[in-house]
Amino acid sequence: MAPAFSHRHLLGLEGLSADDLTTVLDLSDRFLEVAERPIKKVPTLRGKTVINLFLEASTRTRTSFELAAKRLSADAVNISGAASSTVKGETLIDTAKNLDAMAPDVIVIRHAQAGSAAMLAPHTRAAIVNAGDGAHEHPTQGLLDASTIRAHKRRIEGLSVCICGDIANSRVARSNIFALRTLGAHVRVAGPRTLLPLGIEKMGVDVFDSLDQGIEGADVVMMLRIQMERQAGGRFPNAREYSRYFGLNARRLSRAKPDAIVMHPGPMNRGVEIDPTVADSGRAVILEQVARGVAVRMAVLYLLAGGKDADGHGQ
Amino acid sequence: MFTVRSVVLDEVAVSRVLRRMAYEIAERAGPNVYLVGIQTGGAHLAARMAKILAHDADPHGKPRLGAVDITLYRDDLYLGQPKQELGRTDLPESVDGQTVVLVDDVLYTGRTVRAAMDVLLDYGRARAIHLAVMVDRGNRELPIQPDFVGVRVPTGPNESVRVMLQERGETDQVVLREKVG
Repeated sequence: MAPAFSHRHLLGLEGLSADDLTTVLDLSDRFLEVAERPIKKVPTLRGKTVINLFLEASTRTRTSFELAAKRLSADAVNISGAASSTVKGETLIDTAKNLDAMAPDVIVIRHAQAGSAAMLAPHTRAAIVNAGDGAHEHPTQGLLDASTIRAHKRRIEGLSVCICGDIANSRVARSNIFALRTLGAHVRVAGPRTLLPLGIEKMGVDVFDSLDQGIEGADVVMMLRIQMERQAGGRFPNAREYSRYFGLNARRLSRAKPDAIVMHPGPMNRGVEIDPTVADSGRAVILEQVARGVAVRMAVLYLLAGGKDADGHGQ
Repeated sequence: MFTVRSVVLDEVAVSRVLRRMAYEIAERAGPNVYLVGIQTGGAHLAARMAKILAHDADPHGKPRLGAVDITLYRDDLYLGQPKQELGRTDLPESVDGQTVVLVDDVLYTGRTVRAAMDVLLDYGRARAIHLAVMVDRGNRELPIQPDFVGVRVPTGPNESVRVMLQERGETDQVVLREKVG
């Protein structure tokens, strides 16, 4: 049986089926093993080219994609914002067309504008992977979070997951809501009213403007970074007050289930959204999220660049 | 579509052949052999031979057991071949310095065995790698020869050999099938 995933690009998790998501998660579990080998490399994507087009600052996600490509023996090329022709005035579509002329198999794009990955897709023969587009989606982060939750809880269906913090500016929250809802979890969001977008209830989540209430009985507590660079700073008085009402500390965590895990997509603002004692405790699975990130990205690259599906779809 | 042309080995013969191969392995590859099955058929056969080795063939030996999945080592992905579901590579002990016997159910072109050797080499430097197959059906595309063979069945391009096993919910037997239509 071939994996059930017939999409040409990974632009977001919205609209992916439970089967699609489970296919990626199952594959990711298999790819974790590669990191434990003496030689952390398999020849699967030998001869394929992956371009990491990172037009917005990122170290962890870019490194994770680069490692994923290299562990599959693909050639990975990194283009960062400062080194790209976009600073010389070239449009994103022209950049895509020029990259396409060099015949890459996959283009991984990170961009500050929502919809940028989808905009590129029709202009290249390569598979496009969205590595974060503005406040829209960050699908591989959503997948690696789902993978981490599944590993700890053995399931996702029926779990209560509380996502707390800057929901309005968070592509991580959106991708997580799509994935976790599709896989049958109950999702709550909690944060200051000013950081909860209007109409968020329509995504099928329960909304709380108090973390104490939102966290009550949760199986998973997912803290988000306060994104000062996305004007989150003006929506609450100061970091100290934010920490007082929405920071995760041991006392507040005790309201969740006793075996609840704590997640954070990083980078953390220690002492703001998460207390160091919680971040460094045994309940936190933050570094495991990072480790699973490489495996999830290997699975995505394998599915998009590695041959055809049983029904003949593929590159 | 395939139709069964003949039964090459029945249930009793499968058991007898496995036992004979296990004894040969104990005799020629040494007492502390590392049996590594190629997923999935070879892994089942390796597990059975490890049991035989542990109980009968070599009471002093300690056969070790592992399995390799070759999906990530296929040499045809760049040609746009179908994506396979990934199996599990599970080598509980290091292969460094070990005498490894790779086990597979059917040896045909040799490409699977080539890939399995690549997997093993990525895990360490075995002292020696031998090859044991239940059925050698010929038609090699690579210079690979088995060290231990259950049965040789010369086949044509329109034929296939299927090893049916209890572990897959079937009755143990080896059948020769012919493509129809």
